[in-house]
Amino acid sequence: MKIKKLAAILVSTLVCAAMLTGCAGGNSGSSGNSGGLIKVGIINNDPNESGYRTANDKDLKEAFSKENGFDASFAYSLKNDEQITYAQKFIQDEVDYLLLSAADTAGWDGVLKEAQDAGVKVILFDRTVDADESLYEASIVSDMEKEGQTAVDWLKNQNLDKYEVIHIQGVMGSAAQKGRSGALDAAAQEDSSKWSIVAQQTAEWNAEKAQQIVQSVIDSGKSFNVIYAENDDMAKGAVAALDKANISHGVGKDVIVMGFDCNKWALEELLKQNWNYDGQCNPFQSEYIREVIQKLENGEKLDQKTIIMNEKGFDASTITQEDVDKYGI
Amino acid sequence: MQKNKLGQIWEVISRNQIIIPFAALLLLALFNLIADPSFFRITLNENANGDPVLSGNLISIIDSGSELAILAIGMTLVTAASGGQDISVGAAIAISGSVLLRVLCGSDSRSETLQAPIIVAFLIACVVSMLFGAFNGALVAYFKIQPMVATLILFTAGRSVAAWINNNELPIVKDPSFSYFGNYIPGIPVPAPFLIAIACFVITWLVLKFTTLGLYVQSVGINEKTSRLNGLNPEFIKLLTYVLLGLCVAVAALIKVSRISTINYSVVAKDIEMDAILAVALGGNALSGGKFNMAASVLGAYVIQFLTTTLYKFEVNATALPAYKAVVVILLVVLSAPTVREKLTALGKKLRRNDLPAEKT
Repeated sequence: MKIKKLAAILVSTLVCAAMLTGCAGGNSGSSGNSGGLIKVGIINNDPNESGYRTANDKDLKEAFSKENGFDASFAYSLKNDEQITYAQKFIQDEVDYLLLSAADTAGWDGVLKEAQDAGVKVILFDRTVDADESLYEASIVSDMEKEGQTAVDWLKNQNLDKYEVIHIQGVMGSAAQKGRSGALDAAAQEDSSKWSIVAQQTAEWNAEKAQQIVQSVIDSGKSFNVIYAENDDMAKGAVAALDKANISHGVGKDVIVMGFDCNKWALEELLKQNWNYDGQCNPFQSEYIREVIQKLENGEKLDQKTIIMNEKGFDASTITQEDVDKYGI
Repeated sequence: MQKNKLGQIWEVISRNQIIIPFAALLLLALFNLIADPSFFRITLNENANGDPVLSGNLISIIDSGSELAILAIGMTLVTAASGGQDISVGAAIAISGSVLLRVLCGSDSRSETLQAPIIVAFLIACVVSMLFGAFNGALVAYFKIQPMVATLILFTAGRSVAAWINNNELPIVKDPSFSYFGNYIPGIPVPAPFLIAIACFVITWLVLKFTTLGLYVQSVGINEKTSRLNGLNPEFIKLLTYVLLGLCVAVAALIKVSRISTINYSVVAKDIEMDAILAVALGGNALSGGKFNMAASVLGAYVIQFLTTTLYKFEVNATALPAYKAVVVILLVVLSAPTVREKLTALGKKLRRNDLPAEKT
């Protein structure tokens, strides 16, 4: 009996607290609006997910600050249904713009329609959704195929006599894996007299697994001269295996090491010429988003809905300290 | 007479728990021997620092499987005492590794020198890890929550906690002495993780041999009420096993972060909890608790790594890799399941009984 009462009190306090915080959130939102700020609701994936996401979140927070004329609210989730709930809340709060990096591509039609009816403009960033183009203003994305192609083009320009590649893949089926694998597979098929894939295996973005895979190639005594790892962590694991076996790597050495994502520490490895190439996956979408918002606010029309970001590839022989500071995440 | 002996041997084989992971090991070894004998080649080379190191597939197996073997020790105890498994060990490794790096690097994640001796950092990581173990253990022992549900909390939150400890930065330890634990100690050509695993195993073996821990853990696992009537404190013993698993986690985390001198919270030791549970199952231990065989679990861990390395060696297609692994795992687990073992024992007895009258005539 006592416990039941206690539980009842506890629950009611919790409900009250939840309502209070809910009110508080709403209040601060409406007061911001009256100050002439542009009100944006930003739905993103969990910033702890990866270094990429952390950089992405930091960039957005800096760009959509009060000083820059924005009143931004943030919501994070890796789950689609939670993100949809947040979106509905933002629509009720009457935000001007809804910025969305969807956890999953499906299931967004309904809520995007709601947004349209309420006059909320939707801008997708980082990831697209399976919804009609008329439901959003713009979609700002990375082109993973292009990232892979840039890297493979760079590799082709090295003019090696033969390319014996260890290909370490990310989680199979992810957009980054498909894009980055596709370009290499195509190159290997195109010129099979010069190119061969010595080993192709998924390390699921994991450094230690990459280390084991490269170790197993070394143990079986096969020769190779390129390591194409689909992210920096895996390139690092691969290099650990090379060091163990005393195989030299980097600029002008036996094995070419390639990574992706431009982590700061990875670019530092490039600067030390221990690695050869690092491809960017640009997390800095805020300037593109702000440009879009600027145009929409001025009543201009956008040239195209899908905006593909510029992404660089860094070569160890040309990279500078400034690049490391500017593009490292 | 011959048949009788066969029956006897069969009975010994089917009764002895360690035979199963051992047979699995032999089977994998045999497969590799037939497919490509060079699998077993071991060579002595120099690494990039000029130190002598052994290399070869077998060395890779004892190297990479060591974290799993260390976790299997703790997981066996937890399984035996509480009749359930801790599914948060992967996340706990992330936390423990994060603490380790936080202490070593201080507030500057790119510091050139160590901010604290490695032993201090390791001890702090041990304490933190054991506290998290105690948290899991308390939920299981005192609040009587199902182990899998209780550890689900840390499983879900652990990696975020790990990221939070380091303000979401990825510290890198530049001091080369930190990398010894996950690679090679200069001058010793055997991988350091294997040496650490052996040390852990010997210590556990001594503890089980010279203290009553093993007996208490098993009796709590077999029947909690009876053990209480016999003057044991089942709650405390359960809690203790989770704390010990926490210690194993800290050791495994040291090896993991030492391997690459940094950490990635979302992927470090990913899915290792499932492999650790699998190691216990492969060792023929009942996952519902009770009697256990530590050596069999540890051997089970190396069998899993043997399988992984074999699959890498044969360049199984990346998309098909989990399927191959699953098929082998199903086979091994079914063979090592206690009920199947009982059936096999019964079969052995039958074989013998059938033989006896035949002998008389």
